[in-house]
Amino acid sequence: MSQTVKVTFKLNDRPVEVLVEPRELLIHTLREKLAHTGPHIGCETSHCGACTVDMNGASLKSCTILTVQCEGADILTIEGIAKNGELHALQEGFMQEHGLQCGFCTPGMITRAYRLLQEIPDPTEEEIRYWMAGNLCRCTGYQNIVKSIQYAARKLRGEPVETSHPLMGEKAAQSEMAG
Amino acid sequence: MDTVADQTERLGKLEGMGCSRKRREDPRFIQGKGNYVDDIKMPGMLFGVMVRSPYAHARIKKIDTSKAKAHPGVYAVLTAEDLKPLKLHWMPTLAGDVQAVLADEKVSFQNQEVAFVVAEDRYVAADAAELVEVEYEPLPVVIDPFKALAPDAPVIRDDLQGKDTGSHGARKHHNHIFNWEVGDRDKTERVFADAEVTVKQDMLYPRVHPCPLETCGCVASFDKIRGDLTVYITSQAPHVVRTVVGLLSTIPESKIRIISPDIGGGFGNKVGVYPGYVAAIVASIVLGRPVKWIESRQENLTTTAFARDYHMTGELAADKDGRIKALRVKVIADHGAFDACADPTKYPAGLFHVCTGSYDIPNAFVSVDGVYTNKFPGGVAYRCSFRVTEAVYLVERMIDTLALKLGIDRAEIRKRNFIRKDQFPYATPLGLEYDSGDYAPALDKVLAAMDYQGLLAEQAKKRADPDSPTLMGIGICTFTEIVGAGPSKNCDILGIGMFDSCEIRVHPDGSAIARMGTITQGQGHQTTYAQIIATETGIPASMIHTEEGDTATAPYGLGTYGSRSTPVAGAAVANASRKIREKARQIAAHLLEVAPDDLEFDLDQFRVKGVPGKAKSMKEIAWAAYNNVPPGMEHGLEAVDYYDPPNFTFPFGAYMCVLDIDRHTGETQVRRFYALDDCGTRINPMIIEGQIHGGLTEGFAVAMGQQMPYDDEGNVMGSTLMDYFVPTSMETPKWETDFTVTPSPHHPIGAKGVAESPHVGSIPCFTSAVVDAFSHLGVTHMNMPHSSYRVWQQCQALGIAN
Repeated sequence: MSQTVKVTFKLNDRPVEVLVEPRELLIHTLREKLAHTGPHIGCETSHCGACTVDMNGASLKSCTILTVQCEGADILTIEGIAKNGELHALQEGFMQEHGLQCGFCTPGMITRAYRLLQEIPDPTEEEIRYWMAGNLCRCTGYQNIVKSIQYAARKLRGEPVETSHPLMGEKAAQSEMAG
Repeated sequence: MDTVADQTERLGKLEGMGCSRKRREDPRFIQGKGNYVDDIKMPGMLFGVMVRSPYAHARIKKIDTSKAKAHPGVYAVLTAEDLKPLKLHWMPTLAGDVQAVLADEKVSFQNQEVAFVVAEDRYVAADAAELVEVEYEPLPVVIDPFKALAPDAPVIRDDLQGKDTGSHGARKHHNHIFNWEVGDRDKTERVFADAEVTVKQDMLYPRVHPCPLETCGCVASFDKIRGDLTVYITSQAPHVVRTVVGLLSTIPESKIRIISPDIGGGFGNKVGVYPGYVAAIVASIVLGRPVKWIESRQENLTTTAFARDYHMTGELAADKDGRIKALRVKVIADHGAFDACADPTKYPAGLFHVCTGSYDIPNAFVSVDGVYTNKFPGGVAYRCSFRVTEAVYLVERMIDTLALKLGIDRAEIRKRNFIRKDQFPYATPLGLEYDSGDYAPALDKVLAAMDYQGLLAEQAKKRADPDSPTLMGIGICTFTEIVGAGPSKNCDILGIGMFDSCEIRVHPDGSAIARMGTITQGQGHQTTYAQIIATETGIPASMIHTEEGDTATAPYGLGTYGSRSTPVAGAAVANASRKIREKARQIAAHLLEVAPDDLEFDLDQFRVKGVPGKAKSMKEIAWAAYNNVPPGMEHGLEAVDYYDPPNFTFPFGAYMCVLDIDRHTGETQVRRFYALDDCGTRINPMIIEGQIHGGLTEGFAVAMGQQMPYDDEGNVMGSTLMDYFVPTSMETPKWETDFTVTPSPHHPIGAKGVAESPHVGSIPCFTSAVVDAFSHLGVTHMNMPHSSYRVWQQCQALGIAN
C-alpha cells in the first residue's frame, strides 16, 4: 500500500498538490493532509452529509469519493465560503436564525445550501427541505435551518434582512475567534 | 438620567436573562473552525482501531496477533492478555457493574471489543485489524430478556457465576441484575382489589440509540517524562471520566487532564466510559505516543450506549368517573451484557418513579427487574433524565387506555386527575416531591390553540365515512419531567454527589471569566450562562468569557446530561454571581462612604438609596477591587459555588398532535404538532425554542421509526444510517411552540431546564395520536415505532387496507 499518486486540484481558490494512496478518501485528505477540518465525518456511508463539499459546481459527499478522482477539480469547503474576511449570507443566516446547535452538521449544511442558492436563488420551503434532505441534523429539527437559508436567499437577492448578531455586518468574526 | 430610554439601553447592553441573545458559539462553527475531537492532531499521534466480535456470544479459543503485529506501520496490538498484568482488562461501569475492556475469554455481544490495533494512521490500523485472527466457539444466544430468565438460559456473565448479590442487592438468577421496588405494594394491591374499574396494558419501549452526529472518540496522550496523562474526549462528564481513569490507572487525578472539546451532540451517548477510551489510554501509556480512537458510525450504533429496551406492564385502578386510585407497574429492563447505565447509584431504574406523571394518584407500586442479554450495554438517558421517557410513556399510555375503557374524553380525564396548583409542593406516592406546576391552564391553552372541539368534530365525520382514505388521529400528552439530578442525599455517581459548580473571576477592567463543571454539546452554555451572570452581577454578557470541559481549569462538576446544566450548574452560576455582587456591594459602600445597606443594586451599578446620581458602576467596582478595597478585605473579585440542589426540578408541558394515516399504505402525515412547555424562568427564548424543536424531532424519530432490532443469532439489524432512522428535513414535521411560566420555588433563578422535555413529552403524544386513529376500531395500544410498514400491518389486521 505504499504506492502513492500525486493529485493536484484547487481548494478554495488555491492550488494544492498532495500525495495519496489511490484508496484514500477525499474527506481524509482534506482533514488530515490539508488541515481543512471544517467538513466532518458522521457516517462514512454518505447518509449524513457532514462531509459535504462543493466540487466543480455540484455538492459532493467527500467521504464517498477517492482523492485521485479529484485531479484538476475545483473544490470549495466551508473554509472558503467567507470572502475577504466577510461572512457569507448563509453564515449570517445560520447565526441570525439559530440554525445550529452542536455545530457538527453546520459546515455540510452551509456548503449544501450554498449550492442550492446558486441553482435556485428564490427557493420555496419545500424546495429547501428537498434540497437539504441529504444532510442530517440531530439538534435543530431543521425548522431554523430552513429559516437560515431563507434569510440568506433574501439577503443575496438584495432584500432587507434583520441582522442582530453583533458579529454580523462587521469584519469582526475573526477577532471574536481569536478572543 | 434614569429615563426609560436610559434604562432600556443599559438593559439591552447587559444582555441578561430573558433576552434572545444570539449565540457566542456560532462564529467558529459557521466558519468550520470548531474543534471536535477528530480535528485534534498531535505530533507523533498514532491511530487505534478495535477488532470486534462477529458473534453475540462465544468463547474465545485463540487470538493470533502475529500477522497484524508484523504489518508495516503497526505499533501495537493489545488483547486482554496484555491488559491483565495491568489489571485493566475489566473496568468499572457507572452502574456498579464491571465491563470487559477487551474480551476476557468470551464475548457476550456482537461487536464486543476483542483487540486494539495501533498503527501510524487509520488506514494501516484498519488493514492490520483485518489480520488479527480470532478463533471463536459460538455459544447459545439469548436476546429476549424474558427468555434470559428461564432456568436453563445460557449464562451470559461467567464472571458473575455464584454471586447472588450485585451492587443493587439480590440476584435471583444467573442473568438477573437487580430488582428495584418502590411504593406501597400491599396498599396498592388492596386498592386494586376493591376498584370499580381497572385497566392493564403491556407495552414495549424498544431499544433505540441516541445517535449524535459526531460519534464517540478520544485522543490520549501520556507524557512519560512528566507522568501526565491528557485525554481529549467526547465526554458529557469530563470530571467523572477523570475520576474513573484515576481509579483504573492509579495515576493521581492531579496528573490527569480530561478535555472535552467541542462536542457534536451527546444526547446521553457520551456520558459513559467506553473500552475504546481505556484502550487508547493504555496504548498511549505503553507506547509513549498520543493515540487517537474514533468510532465508526457502525461501532457507535452497535456498541456505545443504547437507550430504553423496557418491557413494561402498567395497570390503573380507578372509579367510574375516571378518577385514578392506584398505579401498578412491572418492568423487565433489558440492560444488555454489562450493566452500564449511567444512573445515580441509588436508583438502578433511574428516576422511573416519576411514572405517576402529572396526576394525583394516591397509591402506586413499581417493580423493575434488570436482566442481562447478549446485546450491547447502555441503558442511557437518550435526551431525557434517567428513565423518565419510559416513565412518562407508561403513564400517558395508561391514562389514554383508561379513558378509552370508560368512554371519557382524553383531555377531560386528564383534567379530572391533574395535581392542582394548590397541592404543590406535591409528595408523590413513590417518594418524590414535585416543586411547582400549573397543569390545567397549560392544557386549556393547547386545546384552544388547536381548536380541539373542531378537531373532534372533523374526526367524527371522517370516522362516519367508510370511504375516507385516511384515518385521523389526535394525540394528547400532559407530562411532568424530573430533571436536575440531583440532591446529593439521593444522587451520586461512583460515590460523588451530583452537585455542580461555577467559578467566576472579575478582572480589573470589569470583564470576567466563568468556568463550570458542565459541558455544552449544542445547548449554548457559553451564551446563556453569561446571561445569568449579567443579570446577577451587572457585567454585560458580552464581557463574560465562559469556559467548560477542561478539568485542569474548571471546578469539579458532574457534567451535562439529564437536563441538569440549568437546574444545577445554572444555580451555581447564579449563586457565585451573587457572591460577587455582595462583595461588590461592600466595595461600593467603601467607595461611596455609605453603609452597604444604604445601597441598592440597579442593573449594572450600586446606587445610594434616595440619592440620585450617587452610584458606582460594576466596572468602577471591579477596578477598585484591585486597588482600593475596604480595610480588612482581600483584594480581587472572584467567587466559587458548589451547588447541591435541595430537590429536583419538575418541568411540565401539554402537547397535541394531529396526524392523518393513509389506510392503504400506512403512511403517516403529521398535520400539526403543538408543544407548550413550562420550564420555569426562561433564560433565552431563542435557545429554548431551538432546544424544543430538536427534542420534538428526536421524539418524532423514536416514535415513528427508530429501533435497534436483533435477529435470533444476536446480529444487530440496525447498524448503519441506512437501517437506523434519523429523520431528514423532508419527514420532520413543522413544530408550533408555546409556553407558560411556573418558576421553581427552590432554584435561585426559578429555572427548571428544558432540552429534554420535548423528547419525553412528544413520544407518548405521537403514540396517542396513532392509536387514536384506530381507537374507534377497537385498538387500545400499538407499540413503537409507528413506521409505515407497522402501521400498514395494523390496517391489514383490521381489514381496512384495501
